[in-house]
Amino acid sequence: MSNLTSFFASRWGIISAGIFIGVLAPILQKLGNPANMGICVACMERDIAGALGLHRADVVQYLRPEIMGFVLGSLIAAMMFREFKPRTGSAPIIRFFLGFFAMVGALVFLGCPWRALLRLAGGDGNAILGLAGLAFGIWIGVLFLRGGYNLGRSTPAQAASGWIMPVVMIVLLLFALFEPQFAPGGPIFKSTKGPGAAHAPLIISLLVGLGVGFLAQRTRFCTMGAIRDVILMRDFHLFSGILALVVSAVIINLILGQLKAGFANQPIAHDNHLWNFFGMTLAGLAFALAGGCPGRQLILSGEGDGDAAVFVVGMIVGAGFAHNFALASSAKGPGAFGPAAVIVGLIFCLLIGFAMRERSKS
Amino acid sequence: MKERIDARGLSCPQPVVLAKKAMDKIGKGMIEILVDTVTSRENVTRLARSAGYQVSMEEKEGEFVLKLEKS
Repeated sequence: MSNLTSFFASRWGIISAGIFIGVLAPILQKLGNPANMGICVACMERDIAGALGLHRADVVQYLRPEIMGFVLGSLIAAMMFREFKPRTGSAPIIRFFLGFFAMVGALVFLGCPWRALLRLAGGDGNAILGLAGLAFGIWIGVLFLRGGYNLGRSTPAQAASGWIMPVVMIVLLLFALFEPQFAPGGPIFKSTKGPGAAHAPLIISLLVGLGVGFLAQRTRFCTMGAIRDVILMRDFHLFSGILALVVSAVIINLILGQLKAGFANQPIAHDNHLWNFFGMTLAGLAFALAGGCPGRQLILSGEGDGDAAVFVVGMIVGAGFAHNFALASSAKGPGAFGPAAVIVGLIFCLLIGFAMRERSKS
Repeated sequence: MKERIDARGLSCPQPVVLAKKAMDKIGKGMIEILVDTVTSRENVTRLARSAGYQVSMEEKEGEFVLKLEKS
């Protein structure tokens, strides 16, 4: 076991996680998931919000089994390696709104950092703007970290608090399997057209999710952390993981004929450079302040971190708001109130960044 | 010089940031840092080794005392 632990903690460990995601995401796309969206934590949580009726955009409603797989795969890994550790109490309400605004920013760009990398690997040039914005947001976050920003300590909690998120995921999985109808027409909603109707077979999505969740828990794979560690400490450990993801996704896309280079008419994307950049700036800053990208937050919630679970719930609620309030972008461009919401979100994050500095002196 | 840091309950990357600050402060000597997740243990260990510190570790009831030493 300890040999395995040191392998996963090594450079090759993190690279193997990147390759795993980079290979399987384009294959999921081939098997039915939306284009350049083999895996996208933000989009998939948004689809779950839609399936539950938290928003009524009928093209993005589906209980994505990948998300359940991430949390449960992480739970299994944490149990096997005795790392399941219920804990909570580090500024949960702030983390909720960081999750909320992270989702708003991600849906203005149309993707989480994982999808930004996969979009890049699919030839979508707009991803460059998104990734640049992401790095800019993380850089602002690093300035706060250097200035003593800190959300405070979590404390060990009762086992029950660590089990909430895995149990929620099991319930969602049962909903996905049995598709109960709580009212005529839904919920549970399920898109019949649009990206929500595009999905790989449930069992395959779930198995890939479990695998990714397991590996990401062992290797601490994190896209935000990858960029943050480079800026903060010139540490390229996590970065080698995201590099491996992009390289392997490019190769698989080439093999499967899924690579189409350009800016215009990219799948489930728009080419408004300004808001692609600032949408991801908001997301990157929120991730940096919360200590993890959306994928990492799911993984942490699977190993008992109640604060990460609150961030995840914030993201799902944020997705509901993003579509109900015309904040989310579409292929045509940003939603009517998307840019305004990004500005509000940036102000919120900056205020939190300045306000949460005192505790670090303790 | 000897520094003691309690990084229990702090989320990523705080334990590493605190370790880095202590290293910059003392240069040579010993830093004792208390963490409570394997992730923090791995991250601090990686940072310390790359900065030329020897790292030893004791586990006590799910918590880890990391001793970073440079002479």
